[in-house]
Amino acid sequence: MSKIEVTGLRKSYVERRRRKRFLSQCKQYEDCQVLDGITFSIPAGTFACFVGPSGCGKSTMFRIVSGFERPSSGTVLIDGQEVTGPGSKHVCVFQEDGLFPWFTAAQNIAMGLSKSSSSDVAKKVEDYLELVGLSGFGGHYPHELSGGMRRRAEVARALITNPEILFMDEPFGALDFVTRLQMREEMVNVHQMFDMTILFITHDIDEALQLGDRIIMLSDRPSRVAWDIRLDDPHPRDLSTGHLSRLRKEIYYRMGLHVAL
Amino acid sequence: MAVKRYGVLSLILLLLVAWQAVTSFFRVPEFVFPRPLSVARALLEMLSNGELYRNSIASLFRVTWGFYLAVATAIPFGLFLGRQHQLRAILNPLIQFLRPISPLAWIPMALMWFGIGDKPAIFLIFLSSFFPLIVFTTSSVLNIRTTYLRVAENFGFKGLRLYMRVILPAALPDIITALRITLGTAWLVIVAAEMIAVKSGLGYLIIDARNSLRMDMVVAGMVVIGAIGLVLDNIIRLLERMPSVEWSRVRR
Repeated sequence: MSKIEVTGLRKSYVERRRRKRFLSQCKQYEDCQVLDGITFSIPAGTFACFVGPSGCGKSTMFRIVSGFERPSSGTVLIDGQEVTGPGSKHVCVFQEDGLFPWFTAAQNIAMGLSKSSSSDVAKKVEDYLELVGLSGFGGHYPHELSGGMRRRAEVARALITNPEILFMDEPFGALDFVTRLQMREEMVNVHQMFDMTILFITHDIDEALQLGDRIIMLSDRPSRVAWDIRLDDPHPRDLSTGHLSRLRKEIYYRMGLHVAL
Repeated sequence: MAVKRYGVLSLILLLLVAWQAVTSFFRVPEFVFPRPLSVARALLEMLSNGELYRNSIASLFRVTWGFYLAVATAIPFGLFLGRQHQLRAILNPLIQFLRPISPLAWIPMALMWFGIGDKPAIFLIFLSSFFPLIVFTTSSVLNIRTTYLRVAENFGFKGLRLYMRVILPAALPDIITALRITLGTAWLVIVAAEMIAVKSGLGYLIIDARNSLRMDMVVAGMVVIGAIGLVLDNIIRLLERMPSVEWSRVRR
């Protein structure tokens, strides 16, 4: 059975026009359709990457699948159950900084654990800090850490809850190039260490090609699934030669980019 | 830091010298604009006979009670209102209607309800702080970044835990700013209230000095009011140095 089953997902936002309010009582409504029947299914343990042009509705889809928003129509099933809200077994890492700036890194990571004795918590937090390479930084506040370190702490906070699904919305988009490459490598390790399904949204085609067991390409808005690719290449992956480089060209081509790459 | 401190001190000194020079040079009468030296003499006089101490304590006592009563009620209520969209929609017009009514306009009612003494003054301070604090606190809750609220929801924060660990700390930097503004207003209001409603406090001291044409004492009273206001502001600013609110000064 698949872990995440999405069927016919549609979402439109209603824009209310308030012009001419004093002249007539009539309100004009205008539909802005973002998602137009997105359907896919992801088996447990898959690292699924979603790519698509900017503004195509990736983040909207992310918020619906992770339970923060309702679709206009269509269903999202996780383990066969309809999603009605964010669950504790499905943890999100958002595009923007999600660490609480009023807590230290360690306090942030401890947030994921609720009911255990305090010594247990300290030990476990230390283990997860080490896992993401932040040993010794537990007492620092987020604004005292670099962008990359903050992302690591956030990943640790998600992992410590031992989630079944990890949702990530362009998590490394704001990082510099080298840090992004490091985070990529570590995501591969994390996925191999933890038995979980990852739903990963990115605008970076290379990131998707290096990380994903599945790459789902969305079309322009209103978006649908334009291409669903399965990849079983071993890690680490070299994108410069072979079929991955051809695949990359093909993705760019299908996104409407005809420049030589 | 040292440069700043010396700069401030020399500016004050310069102003004092200019004040003394101008008033002496043009022979401004003492009852129009007293000279710094006579103000200093008046200060010393009121310090030695205990007037200053007694009246400052009286004013501070009222402000402290009124202000803390407002803080203790307005902040929890404002935090709650920031999350209750329907209740806010109902109460907001009422709050916005009551807010622009000057606390001084309440003086007749306050005297009728609470008689003479500290109580009406404390009530006026409470009013002057309560409405702005509610409005500021509510809007600071509304300004909390959606991502923080989503993370809190994702990690199952609910009820009191949500308020204590997410809503309050996220809104706290803005609330501290609101406290600074509100305490400043409270201090403005107490002086005015004491001129009308009571027989003690720094406001009363100023009116009493005017009635006996002691303008040097009036200005000395003004100096003390300014100085205490500065100290009060600095006390609230200590809160801004807490490590858990430092983030707001680094980035938003």
